[in-house]
Amino acid sequence: MSEKGMFGVSGTGDTSGYGGLVRASADPTSAQRPYGSYFDDVADALERAYPKFSDAIERVVVDRGELTLHVKAERLVEVAKVLRDDETLRFEVCLGVSGVHYPESVGSELHALYPLLSMTHNRRIRLEVSVPDSNPHIPSLVEIWAGNNWHERETYDMFGIIFDGHPALTRILMPDDWPGHPQRKDYPLGGIPIEYIGATVPAPDERRSYQ
Amino acid sequence: MSTFASARETTEGRIYSVTGGDWDDVTNEIGSAKEERVVVNMGPQHPSTHGVLRLMLELEGETITELRCGIGYLHTGIEKNTEYRTWTQGVTFVTRMDYLSPLYNETTYCLAVEKLLGITEEVPERASVIRVLMMELNRISSHMVALGTGALELGAMAPMFFAFRERERVLDIFEMVSGLRMNMAYVRPGGVAQDLPEDSISKIRELVVDLRKNFRDNERLLVGNSIWIKRTKDVGYLDLAGCITLGVTGPVLRATGMPWDLRKTQPYCGYEDYNFDVITTDTCDVYGRFLIRMQELEQSLRIIEQACDKLERLNGAPVMVADKKIAWPAQLALGGDGLGNSLDHIRQIMGTSMESLIHHFKIVTEGFRVPAGQVYTPIESPRGELGAHIVSDGGTRPYRVHFRSPSFSNLQATSAMCEGSLIADVVAAVASIDPVMGDVDR
Repeated sequence: MSEKGMFGVSGTGDTSGYGGLVRASADPTSAQRPYGSYFDDVADALERAYPKFSDAIERVVVDRGELTLHVKAERLVEVAKVLRDDETLRFEVCLGVSGVHYPESVGSELHALYPLLSMTHNRRIRLEVSVPDSNPHIPSLVEIWAGNNWHERETYDMFGIIFDGHPALTRILMPDDWPGHPQRKDYPLGGIPIEYIGATVPAPDERRSYQ
Repeated sequence: MSTFASARETTEGRIYSVTGGDWDDVTNEIGSAKEERVVVNMGPQHPSTHGVLRLMLELEGETITELRCGIGYLHTGIEKNTEYRTWTQGVTFVTRMDYLSPLYNETTYCLAVEKLLGITEEVPERASVIRVLMMELNRISSHMVALGTGALELGAMAPMFFAFRERERVLDIFEMVSGLRMNMAYVRPGGVAQDLPEDSISKIRELVVDLRKNFRDNERLLVGNSIWIKRTKDVGYLDLAGCITLGVTGPVLRATGMPWDLRKTQPYCGYEDYNFDVITTDTCDVYGRFLIRMQELEQSLRIIEQACDKLERLNGAPVMVADKKIAWPAQLALGGDGLGNSLDHIRQIMGTSMESLIHHFKIVTEGFRVPAGQVYTPIESPRGELGAHIVSDGGTRPYRVHFRSPSFSNLQATSAMCEGSLIADVVAAVASIDPVMGDVDR
């Protein structure tokens, strides 16, 4: 038995026992008209109010009763403004940003998702923006929905997506001097030494074991 | 010579550390300073900041010119951790986010997993009714903390005693049903972990009667109380436009007169079959939010009564989906060493059926697979819209779990509520948002 490694794990900080499993990422197919439900109304209204629809919207996905519009990063602010202001759309509330990291989909590794809510029409849709890991820039939506401020900071903190135009894009949950972005798939669970006021706690696989 | 830790000069200005001692010394020394502008750091270890919340206040005299929140002190990486566990184990993690309303975290997570699995329709009615019953009990216990600690932070001691007396009764029910008072991981993908114990409906009915009577104690103490009104009326003002742009939901939104409650507008778990009212006030202030929470207690009791009626009708019905590839293989039972898999089940898998043993082992250790895709399921927690954005890649573990927590979004509104007001009103404003820091930082 080796002298190192808590719970018999070595070479990784992942103590869950699932570390060896490799999985492929999901790639949903585009939806065809009619989308069903109120989704056709939303798409029609957006096409009417936003002439550059076919250029800005890369893909429309309808899955499990939810509509996702894949928007080009550079068009995001325009689309968001139309979605908020057009009276047939009126998505007044943005419920934040959720990041997802797909390391296998080369060229669009980082995704940001914006769940939108229209209280006027009682509808929900979702915007999805994907950017390459090498150039992780998405325009900020704080000007459109002020409540996105903290959410964008969180997504920056956790995934390293840079929201251009954000008033103060700093870390929000992790300490200011934290290296790396913890919720990326290439960031281990555990497996990194923890620094705390001058002392360092080693990663689980580096700790002394008492076996 | 002052008794507080002495002042020191820094590049940012003179810094005073106050750790007990005589406040007169502090005020005398600060009062003698030339500059009017004072930056005060409040928290993260402060009894009135509702948890490990840090507030940085810039003051001109007693007026706040700028307020910023410092959060992250309770970040535990729950979202990341769930990616390394099975779908069922995920419940055990998410229940610890908003520790005052654990059943809401569990339910929104399970609704998302069920939607991904495509079994939303197959969840037994009895399971949905039990979820509603437990969630509404949880709304009461959560509002009790909001009201009790909120009052305590404003200097009223007695409401907290009453509120925690009621909360204990509700937690007793949780303990009776799930074995745990908090973080019970009771709601599971496909249903609930265990059916209600035999005499629980009658105990819950007794509780409803008692609570309805006991709630009047706090009502008599606070509603219309002139001191309470002076501390809360027109304090922490945030109107509808502010709420909408900041994504603020829950009682804070309903205090602007907007009757937005997902239980009514976008029902889930069968909420469309219950009679209850959405409570609103139009004052946009702390007092309005207080009144909403007080009146929502009665609405929750109404829902609980209706749920009890339904459960009596559904007595003996299943509480977990029939699909054996998803449902947990065993019911729990109390054994000599505590709660565990029932002895009948163990006898079956160990003594009679090799296939059952393999099935049990696979479901418990590996778990079930969830078809690839992503969903967002919102529900109305005591604090507002709680949403779970869950991505699956087709595996036995979540690919990504993100919780849109109401505390996180609502806490952002603190600056809008407090800037321009007095420092004493910050405590009232934060208490009226009712942030749970476990939910904010996750």
